[in-house]
Amino acid sequence: MARSNWRLGVDIGGTFTDVVLEGGNEVFSTKVLTTYDAPENAILDGLSQVCGKAHIDPAEITQIIHGTTLATNALIERRGARTALITTEGFRDVIEMRTESRFEQYDLNLTLPEPLLPRQRRYTLRERVGADGDVLVALDRNDIESLADELALAGYDSVAIGFLHSYLNPAHERMVRDVLSRKLPDMMVSLSSDVSPQMREYERFNTTIANAYIKPLMKSYLDRLADRLENAGTTCPIFLMHSGGGIISLASAAEFPVRLVESGPAGGAVFAATLASQYGLTKVLSFDMGGTTAKICLIKNQMPKTARVFEVARSYRFKKGSGMPISIPVIDMVEIGAGGGSLAHVDKLRQIRVGPESAGSEPGPACYGRGGVRPAVTDADLVLGKLDPDNFAGGSMGLSVADAKTALIETLGQPLDMDAVTAAFGLAEVVDENMANAARVHAVENGEDLAEYTMIAFGGAAPLHAARLCEKLGISRCLIPKGAGVGSAIGFLRAPFSFEANRSVYMRLSDLSPVTVQGLFAELEAEATGFVRSCDATAAIQAEHKIYMRYVGQGWEIPVNLTAAQAANPDAETYLKLFEADYTRLFGRVVDGLDIEITVWSVNAATPTATVTQVHPVTELVAAESPDQRQMFDAALGHMTTAQVTARRGLGPGDRVCGPAIITEDETTIIIPASRRATVQNDGTVDIERVPA
Amino acid sequence: MNTASVAYQVMWNRLISVVEEQAQALVRTAFSTSVREAGDLSAGVYNADGLMIAQAVTGTPGHVNAMADAVAHFIRRIGRDNIHRGDVYITNDPWEGTGHLHDITIVSPAFHGDRFVGFFACTAHVVDIGGRGFGADANSVYEEGIYIPIMKFAARGTVDKTLVAMLRGNVREPDQLIGDIYALASCNEIGQRRLSEMMTEFGLDDLTSVADYIFANSRRATLEAITKLPCRSASGEMRIDGYDTPIDLRCRVTIAADHIACDFAGTSGPDPKGINVPLVYTKAYACYALKCAVAAEIPNNAASLEPFRITAPENTIVNAVHPAPVALRHVIGHMIPDTVFAALDQLLPATVPAEGAGCLCNFQVSLRPRSDAPAPASARRSEVLAFNSGGTGARPGVDGLNATAFPSGVMTMPVEATEHAGPVIIWRKELRPDSGGAGAMRGGLGQYMEVGAKEGHEFDFSAMFDRVHHPARGRQGAGQGAPTTIKRSDGKAMRGKGKQFVPHGARVALAFPGGGGYGPAADRDPEMVKRDLARGYISARSAALDYGLAEADITAVLRAIKTGEIE
Repeated sequence: MARSNWRLGVDIGGTFTDVVLEGGNEVFSTKVLTTYDAPENAILDGLSQVCGKAHIDPAEITQIIHGTTLATNALIERRGARTALITTEGFRDVIEMRTESRFEQYDLNLTLPEPLLPRQRRYTLRERVGADGDVLVALDRNDIESLADELALAGYDSVAIGFLHSYLNPAHERMVRDVLSRKLPDMMVSLSSDVSPQMREYERFNTTIANAYIKPLMKSYLDRLADRLENAGTTCPIFLMHSGGGIISLASAAEFPVRLVESGPAGGAVFAATLASQYGLTKVLSFDMGGTTAKICLIKNQMPKTARVFEVARSYRFKKGSGMPISIPVIDMVEIGAGGGSLAHVDKLRQIRVGPESAGSEPGPACYGRGGVRPAVTDADLVLGKLDPDNFAGGSMGLSVADAKTALIETLGQPLDMDAVTAAFGLAEVVDENMANAARVHAVENGEDLAEYTMIAFGGAAPLHAARLCEKLGISRCLIPKGAGVGSAIGFLRAPFSFEANRSVYMRLSDLSPVTVQGLFAELEAEATGFVRSCDATAAIQAEHKIYMRYVGQGWEIPVNLTAAQAANPDAETYLKLFEADYTRLFGRVVDGLDIEITVWSVNAATPTATVTQVHPVTELVAAESPDQRQMFDAALGHMTTAQVTARRGLGPGDRVCGPAIITEDETTIIIPASRRATVQNDGTVDIERVPA
Repeated sequence: MNTASVAYQVMWNRLISVVEEQAQALVRTAFSTSVREAGDLSAGVYNADGLMIAQAVTGTPGHVNAMADAVAHFIRRIGRDNIHRGDVYITNDPWEGTGHLHDITIVSPAFHGDRFVGFFACTAHVVDIGGRGFGADANSVYEEGIYIPIMKFAARGTVDKTLVAMLRGNVREPDQLIGDIYALASCNEIGQRRLSEMMTEFGLDDLTSVADYIFANSRRATLEAITKLPCRSASGEMRIDGYDTPIDLRCRVTIAADHIACDFAGTSGPDPKGINVPLVYTKAYACYALKCAVAAEIPNNAASLEPFRITAPENTIVNAVHPAPVALRHVIGHMIPDTVFAALDQLLPATVPAEGAGCLCNFQVSLRPRSDAPAPASARRSEVLAFNSGGTGARPGVDGLNATAFPSGVMTMPVEATEHAGPVIIWRKELRPDSGGAGAMRGGLGQYMEVGAKEGHEFDFSAMFDRVHHPARGRQGAGQGAPTTIKRSDGKAMRGKGKQFVPHGARVALAFPGGGGYGPAADRDPEMVKRDLARGYISARSAALDYGLAEADITAVLRAIKTGEIE
């Protein structure tokens, strides 16, 4: 195998920075503690480690693909630049007034999250564009000039410009940009008509402000990173993973850093999608559970599901509405506060509640013996026999069953009159049910039935809980791939160059104008292709066309995919049929006699994904029996049972392990309940299926 | 407690997630902006006796108790022997539904296998139901729109075409209304599917055992919360604008060992105009206020609501009887929590907030081509409804919320979405400085709005505002919030309630009320006063007069803004 094409994937997470080096069939990976002050340090450290393992020189690396939580963290921790907003007169407070509602109805002392910019940093100009894109009040250049002087005096580094209806007519926003770039050449400028040209001012303005807010920070980080990597001897280009599951150039990322938000989890989804391709699976639920949160994503036809808006920095128990909306193309996933470190308590209803509060790594779960006194999910897993106290993290760290039991008894057992095992069962069931519910709601919102899905589980805590989740969701098969611990970074190496361009333009099917539609698609395709071209000057680029449709009068659209031919030859009758088919699938029946409109037009340009090698199913099965045993609680049976214990490294293709069983490895433990059996596939994936009745 | 009770807890969580799915499906398929953008809806699941087991968190409190009672009316009117798979029942009865004709309630029986196991119900506020249009001006409920008695919308899966034709012929936006009814019916259907899946998974034949578990736990938790309170009684009162004459709301809250009673004796009689409140809606908001203060964390169901006993003498404005006009029952209904809090404040010190804006600051605009001169061909008729909020009352330890709905749970519509709904132009929508009552904790700010029409249109503006003459009072020595103001841009005065003509080219200028403060303004942390000044929540004049901030400090803050030195 040629060793010339070395690629490096780097994922900066909350606790660890994962670095994966891949060349031919060889993969080298490492986990380094994230260095918050200078995140590039961990990357350099990891780079030298994997190059050492592979015995290569950094100059041999041909491509570096990077994803990071830095953008997300900067928004959560409010560590952005001194930023101003310029908006339409009369609408200074859009981002502060939000939806004028309370996300928690019964809390009399509720506080709302502060907007990214306090009111004194939000400026207005007299101008107005109407809902048809027509200019109702013209913008006066002199007003911009004097505002520029004000901004200079106040010493802003970055400015966001967001005017009403600018997604239809960006002329005023561009006029402000042109004056500012002349008068204040060092000022970074973000236009809402560039960052997120979609209707609904709160989401659009907030997204633009978020972009402006993190732009100086991300630009300086990316510049530094490029320098340090070059000094370390690399010569290849650096690309960034974006939230939509594709890759963009360093320059695009510096211009639109808001598109980097949640790029790590997006990599995880791509990782799962690749495995789905290798196994020829058309319906996959990806389940990524770490220390603090769990991420759940639907992957149909080997493509992660995408959305146009999501919420970042939820401030109130991960509750919907308590964060800020970001409207950019994003892999659609639900993230809930459920991880190995999630803490449990008993509420007023004498019900066990778990998370979103997490024990983190300090003090960690009670069983770490570092002073944690409240029970975490890991404590329950230990007491239920799913974890081996003497062989956690490859034996590098002893766990205390006694401390875990004490925490479970004191916090849950005493108020509820339960012994330690029942309390642990209750805790684990609640967190599993929380995740199952999140998956269920997500599936319903997308009109999917999970019973037809295969789960792909990765992340440190997922293999402990995946089989129980499958039992709860009626899922009969679950795959646990190799390299699950660094899944996101591997995913980066599988992602295509891609960029999605969106535009809000309202058009009823009854007055569909083919010429206008063709022009619109051409414009979007040029924009999206341009970004991809900046990454790869020669590759073939595929464009996918999508329109968002609804009955006139509805507020929420459903996405309808078009073939290239359907996009090139716009036809109302064809579009109607596509819409009605999707609508019926989602909501049961169509509504008779109403006109239908298209609200958002979207083109995603991407390079083809690397062809994957199909994994052929193992044909010869060998029952793998292990003499090692331990007692493990089986949730579906409702009692302790004897489980065999096997090391994953001792298993080869075709080995079959019947539950109840425990498969151990350094980074995680795979639990096989009595209802399941596991088969090791040719690529080392552990394939868990329901035991036929 | 054993593994079986863990299973019940899981089922309880699941039921709450089932009704949440039901509500989300409604939001995604609804047509009226009031439902899809503003969330004016509710959804729930009931046992076979019509007792509510779980209710979606999404939605607004006004529907809480009202929906809890509604299903029993459906069982009585439809008849137990007349319930079949595929049936969908409907009503907009203000007294047996949720308080006005604009709320459509849909109830569907749920089956598991061949067995009837319970009901799903949901409610949504539709934009138009005919009659005079949504507003305060009717003299009886007959003028407020078409009435749909409890009946079958679909029998064994077949929709009643006659009913649909009748409805279409009687409303201004027939497509939206019928679309919304379909959306309500499908969201119940989605709830049923999930319920049946859950029953299969847990091997349940009926909902009895899980409902018993939920009711027992909810009752016990609610009673535990009540037992901790002093067994005492206190009265509260609040005067508000009314339509032409002021209205006095009075209540007496009595805490007993096993329940809390709240009676509205002494409240003003019904109003001649459409702001009267059916008792169901009064119960909903009184109960909401008590639950917030006493048992906030306990989910709503028949057992958790039962210990809150709300009564009102017949023929008061909070227990109006047929055929009183009730379209704007929310204007008075949203004021009920502040009245209950006035009594509770004497029983539970430092718990409840000061008075706030209370009712939503809603208006409906009926646009049409101008009549004073030839209108352009593009001019059209359109109904546009907007939900907006003033400031909430300050809390004992926190400022009030700026421009945020309380007690209602609805959202505002995006201005860009509103302007796509019809030829209306919102020229201004931003916070109103100096409108929050001065106090140690400041009242939430109200907001300014300015509303006009596109070239070539004139409109009727249906106002639904209160607190024009009776602003929100502060508590514990704090100042009051600013009152509502409304006038035309050409200077003509306008009323807080009722339909009023706005000619071509004119706009309506609105200032929505702020919340009352909490505690003496002199006790406010000077740093918070400076912050409020920097943000422009208060003017320099208010900083000096209301809070006694020194001239030098004011100058320093204003300078720091210019140089960007203040966060």
